[in-house]
Amino acid sequence: MTTETIKSPAAATSSAGHALELRGVSKLFGALAALSDIDLAIRPGERRAVLGSNGAGKTTLFNCITGDFLPSTGGIRLFGEDVTRFPAQERIRRGLRRTYQISLLFNGLTVRDNVYLACRGVSRGRFSFLRSRADDSLMQAAEDLVAAVHLSDLIDTPVSVLAYGQQRQLEIALALAGAPRLILFDEPAAGLSPTERKDLVEILTGLPAHIGYVIIEHDMDVALRVAERVTMMHNGRIFKEGLPEEIENDPEVQALYLGDGHE
Amino acid sequence: MSSNTPPNQTLANPQAPRWWLWLVDRVAAIPAHAWAVMLVLLVMPLVADDFFLFQIFGWTFILGIVALSLMFLAGYGGMVSLIQMSVAGLAGYMVALFGDSGTTISLGLPWWFVVPLAMVIATLFGSLVGLLAVRTEGIYTIMITLAMASAFYYFTRQNYTIFNGYTGFNLVLPPDLFGVNWREPVPFYYLTLVAAGLCFLLVTYVSRAPFGLALQGVRDNPRRMAALGFNVTAHRVAAYAFASALASVGGILLVWQNAQIAPGTAGIHATFDILIIAVIGGLSRPSGPFLGAFLFVLLSTFAPDVLRAIGASGERYKMLIGGIFLFVVFVSPDGLLGLWERWKAHLTRDDMARGKGETRP
Ligand SMILES: Nc1ncnc2c1ncn2[C@@H]1O[C@H](COP(=O)(O)OP(=O)(O)O)[C@@H](O)[C@H]1O
Ligand SMILES: [Mg+2]
Repeated sequence: MTTETIKSPAAATSSAGHALELRGVSKLFGALAALSDIDLAIRPGERRAVLGSNGAGKTTLFNCITGDFLPSTGGIRLFGEDVTRFPAQERIRRGLRRTYQISLLFNGLTVRDNVYLACRGVSRGRFSFLRSRADDSLMQAAEDLVAAVHLSDLIDTPVSVLAYGQQRQLEIALALAGAPRLILFDEPAAGLSPTERKDLVEILTGLPAHIGYVIIEHDMDVALRVAERVTMMHNGRIFKEGLPEEIENDPEVQALYLGDGHE
Repeated sequence: MSSNTPPNQTLANPQAPRWWLWLVDRVAAIPAHAWAVMLVLLVMPLVADDFFLFQIFGWTFILGIVALSLMFLAGYGGMVSLIQMSVAGLAGYMVALFGDSGTTISLGLPWWFVVPLAMVIATLFGSLVGLLAVRTEGIYTIMITLAMASAFYYFTRQNYTIFNGYTGFNLVLPPDLFGVNWREPVPFYYLTLVAAGLCFLLVTYVSRAPFGLALQGVRDNPRRMAALGFNVTAHRVAAYAFASALASVGGILLVWQNAQIAPGTAGIHATFDILIIAVIGGLSRPSGPFLGAFLFVLLSTFAPDVLRAIGASGERYKMLIGGIFLFVVFVSPDGLLGLWERWKAHLTRDDMARGKGETRP
């Protein structure tokens, strides 16, 4: 695990308070309230799991945080700054990253070039027609990230021929590029084999301590291993929040979530 | 690939400048079949006659350059633009208008001013069309650029102050640089060969530069590119600008080759010819458009004779071209490049099969 590749930002924890703070966020799709009055606070470096059945509003929550959707009401603060109306790329420049529930990769390019583009996106020279010295260091950073998600053997392989699990790992590498401070993982373990899950847990727990993340995860075992706190969602609301063992043993949670989670 | 040069090589060899190491690196990476093609093209004037040099190869290189600009947009950017021939035509017109011709409208300015000016004007025109086209996708990009290509064609036919209407310009000749008549077959062959070679190298280089990679990212997944911090629209417009600069080179060479330009040069037929060339050749790599152009030029030059020889009407040669176009696209989605790839894969498969056969007891 090459942790040096992920630069430690000087001001990671300088702004006292939270890495991410949501106050009264709701999102309506017509008459459907996908999110209702969400309050959420994540400390810098905190690792949080979000659990909830399908349609609970987890992905919508991520879309509101990243700026893909504008919330219907409420405010979002990122590292102490009100970003509610900021476009997506401004939030990325502040250290926010995400992965997608359904991989959004560049299928015509190699693994290396996919990660290189992610590194390039948060650096200068996005329009350069020339390759420069700086590109070599970005390429080096890309290679290190590929190693970090255990894909070095496939670095020059086109993404279109990667197996599903490998594409999921690449999703993670794209989110690790630049200097992330808070990463949103949308069901990274879904559809992975047990070995790939073990790999994933290793990658997540091996991240440098200053990088916080929020992970959506159906598999309770994975969630409990990678998160310090757990937030339960149901029907667009936060329904319970606490330490993993509290959530696991909560009778209400067991009735509501684990019940239909094991159908 | 940059990773081939270890960073300490510069330290070990302090006299060698970085660009030199880079160049050595690149030259070493050229595959054998590319060396063979280069060698054959360089010595071609020793074996080919004037007609072949000027009409077949000169025209192939010119159409290849214009089709290359479409390949860049379509293959790397996912944008099928039908405006490329109009951009080339505009560059040709501007050379005729600002330089010398047999028409009194021409301003007679010196070539070293006229050629860059023509390229700038054509590039601006192509970028403007791009600006309007990039917000559309797929079939709508084709339709909007086709609409603008037709508008350009009808405008050149009806406008007499700039484009000299139906007649256009004649006697548009290349400059007598170095005392050479560049419309002589051998000089013209080398002129177009060098231009095509430079355009080819430029596209190959840019496709691996940050801009080119970002463009391919935009092609594959615009949403993710935006989420990574890229400005998708700006990248698409910049691609149109770059492709238009390439097309303008083709247009200038074309007006010199024909010594004239008229509305039909960039008419609807010519527009579709460029599309056919790019698709027949293959859109995945810069060599495709040149392969396509070569086949197209051979067919449109010799098909009438072949048809007449078998007793059919020579006028039908467009049908023959259409039939071969259909055939190539039908058997290989990536045109001639696809056929070549398949043939190579077939060879390796045969090798592997033979290898296995030997190790089997
Ligand atoms: N773009 C959208 N337009 C309309 N409805 C949506 C949209 N995105 C999500 N929804 C709806 O919002 C609800 C929450 O969806 P989602 O956030 O994807 O749930 P989860 O990720 O927890 O499974 C679902 O009922 C879904 O159908
Ligand atoms: Mg979801």
